[in-house]
Amino acid sequence: MSDAHVHPRPRNPLTRYVFSTDHKVIAIQFLFTGLFAFVLGGLMAMVIRWQLAWPWKPVPILSKWLWSDPALGGQMPPEFYNKLFTLHATIMIFFVIIPLLTGAFGNFLIPLMIGARDMAFPKLNMFSYWILWPGIGFLLASFFVEGGASEAGWTGYPPLSTLAHAAPGSLNGQTYWLLSLLCAGVSSLTGSINYITTVVMLRAPGMKLFRMPMTVWSLFITALLQAVALPVLTSALVMQLLDRLAGTNFFSPVGGSAGNGPAAVGGGAPLLFQHLFWFYSHPAVYIMILPGMGIASDVISTFSRKPLFGYKPMVIALAAIAGMGFLVWGHHMFVSGMNPALGATFMVSTMMIALPSAIKVFNWIGTMWGGRIQYTTAMLNAMAFVSMFIIGGLSGIFMAATPVDIHIHDTYFIVGHIHYVLFGGSTFALFAGIYYWFPKMFGRMMNEGLGKLHFLLTFVFMTGTFLFMHIVGWHGHMRRIPDPTVYEFLRAPGVVWMNQFMTVCAFVLGLSQLILVVNFFHSIVAGAPAPDNPWKANSLEWATTSPPPHHNFDELPRVFHPPYEFSVPGAEDDYLPQTSPLPPNINLDPVMA
Amino acid sequence: MRYWSLIFAIAALFSVGAFAYAPFSPDWWLPNPADEPGHVVSKAGREIDALFLIILWLSGIVFVATQAAMVWAQFRYADRLDADGKPVRPAHYFHGSQRLEVLWTIVPAGILLFLALYQMGTWADIKFRSAAPRTPVLAEVTARQFQWLIKYPGPDGKIGTMDDLFTINDLHFVKDETALIHLKSADVIHSFFLPQMRIKQDAVPGMTIPVWFDSDRAGRFELACAELCGWGHYKMRGEVVVHETREDFEAWQAARLAEQGRSQVGEPEDDDETSEGDRQ
Repeated sequence: MSDAHVHPRPRNPLTRYVFSTDHKVIAIQFLFTGLFAFVLGGLMAMVIRWQLAWPWKPVPILSKWLWSDPALGGQMPPEFYNKLFTLHATIMIFFVIIPLLTGAFGNFLIPLMIGARDMAFPKLNMFSYWILWPGIGFLLASFFVEGGASEAGWTGYPPLSTLAHAAPGSLNGQTYWLLSLLCAGVSSLTGSINYITTVVMLRAPGMKLFRMPMTVWSLFITALLQAVALPVLTSALVMQLLDRLAGTNFFSPVGGSAGNGPAAVGGGAPLLFQHLFWFYSHPAVYIMILPGMGIASDVISTFSRKPLFGYKPMVIALAAIAGMGFLVWGHHMFVSGMNPALGATFMVSTMMIALPSAIKVFNWIGTMWGGRIQYTTAMLNAMAFVSMFIIGGLSGIFMAATPVDIHIHDTYFIVGHIHYVLFGGSTFALFAGIYYWFPKMFGRMMNEGLGKLHFLLTFVFMTGTFLFMHIVGWHGHMRRIPDPTVYEFLRAPGVVWMNQFMTVCAFVLGLSQLILVVNFFHSIVAGAPAPDNPWKANSLEWATTSPPPHHNFDELPRVFHPPYEFSVPGAEDDYLPQTSPLPPNINLDPVMA
Repeated sequence: MRYWSLIFAIAALFSVGAFAYAPFSPDWWLPNPADEPGHVVSKAGREIDALFLIILWLSGIVFVATQAAMVWAQFRYADRLDADGKPVRPAHYFHGSQRLEVLWTIVPAGILLFLALYQMGTWADIKFRSAAPRTPVLAEVTARQFQWLIKYPGPDGKIGTMDDLFTINDLHFVKDETALIHLKSADVIHSFFLPQMRIKQDAVPGMTIPVWFDSDRAGRFELACAELCGWGHYKMRGEVVVHETREDFEAWQAARLAEQGRSQVGEPEDDDETSEGDRQ
């Protein structure tokens, strides 16, 4: 990018802070929006846990406010519970993890780490943020329409979601849910096009593809995944919308009807939606974990003061996960009525996708091995990412085994697995990223003491919250039920105890996040001023000021080596920034030349 | 600083401990009859549990090995500074090892491929239609919001004739005989789940899916709906009664048929119509 394109920073506060085209401002907008949605989704999780531990007991505050009607007696109606878990998952997936990892970190880091002045399409970038808000608006508004918000689960399977009389939430709420997801999808898609173009076109001189940090690689591959998979989700959502509003019958069987509603003409297939949905939503799981893998790789290498173990195998493993991610969607449908022979093939591909993930874990441990590990808050969170991702990966093997999946499908085992991947994995990577790049974003350091306390409580109570989900799950505890005690085998004292234990841990886990909130906002205002390169790291974002100027770099950087040249023998410092020419007396490992 | 590794060690030990304790508590383990918690009643269940145990052991070993390696690295390679604030020891400078990469690609690949191929037979036995028993159909089970409608063939042995027996949320079959049902749905997707027999199959509107299972113990078991089907999903519970002998089963069936005739239920409700009392 030539310097002719450098514009001065806008003076008008509206274009400077609100409708900004600056990727750093947009990143911070994504960050605040995602964290706000995180609080919303987290509060819903608390209510869900309350109901599971003490079914039908009045919920503090909510019962007085919403269900004081004597007919309800303070009890949460079961359809409200269904709305809660539907919205909890929808918010966490589409408005927290994806916008935070790709929106906030993707936006902030890609131009800075490859040495660009901004994204390739700054106005499209602005659009990708603002289109998120109608999405959030539709979701919140859906609580106030007749029948309330969607209650078909975040998977929105028809006919429960398409037949208006199948559930109160399917009356109107489901339409709002579809519109909301369409907005979130457009946001991701426009963002991904921007990221791909930026990485391909705008790298600084010398920034070869194999000199890019893993974070950029992971965000690049994630963007490719989104660009390929999202159109399929979008078409599935539009088809469902047409089924609901225009009388089409893509997903309705002949004469389909529920709850005394009119019969559909039909002729469609409910399973078609599941295929289309999972063709996007399985890759979406990787969309949510790959950026975390990139962040963890960078943080672990920096704080081990040691080159990343197996840089190229790591890149190849990322690409393999992304590529194979398109061949495994059927493992969500082993007991769906899909031809069991097809299930057998999906089982093999699903087993094999565990391989690149295993390779990554070994490489992370290899990176730490022989290093000089510095226990910063970012590093602790990154190590927790690895530790918890191991559990999430291993529990996946149980589900990949089709016969075992027959038993554990749609039980809490699945819920435990997804939370180990998305909380233990993505969220710890997210925290690692926040603690690591906060100085670059806001020009101030976060409080390390509070950060470590936050980490400790999160790590301990996360285990307490999600570990036992596996155990109640293989005991047969179905997911998406507000009252397990209806069943004799789930009324057993051990199961009840585990449900209550998980709930108490979840409450402490939720409360612990207040420490992050306090640390975050206090540090923005009163944190110690951050130096340009507080962690003595190599990648390009640390070569500019904290926070970077509007145009990122006063002079576009020139890149001389890969990003992980730590502790090079003979060098003065234990790090070698990508922008520093190699001193004459030392040689880099020829593997990375 | 290095003692942070203990937090990781404790979390890993706690996880292993919980999983290791689970088999010793009936409430924490795979669901089995309350009076005989160590016994899996169905053939499919025994195969699934054996596979489950293999995976549990394998993943347990991998879990312990990787966590131990990580905790050891955290402890052993923690940064330590001398009195002048200089690191006691530099980090090793290396970028990887092709030999290790090959090793830790091939070994897990072999294990995963073994697992994938090993379980194929069990999967085929439980789900492939070619493996379905050649016995007459025990019943047609139709799921609807929020109950299980069960239709047994009457004395003529055919489903869909005047002498069919109807029950709601009450499925009966005979010990040691493979029961074959045809699973349907009248409205939305449901899932037929027999936790103690480790059987699960979605009921999809517009499809008829054969499901088979057996039990080597007589008694009462629970039938659950495992797929979200609406506000009453959580209470869509049915009972499964396994009769000791075929005579018992036939006696029950005859008694119920007589009762059904007496009560003048006559032509039962059509699956596609809804009657009062479905929705409370």
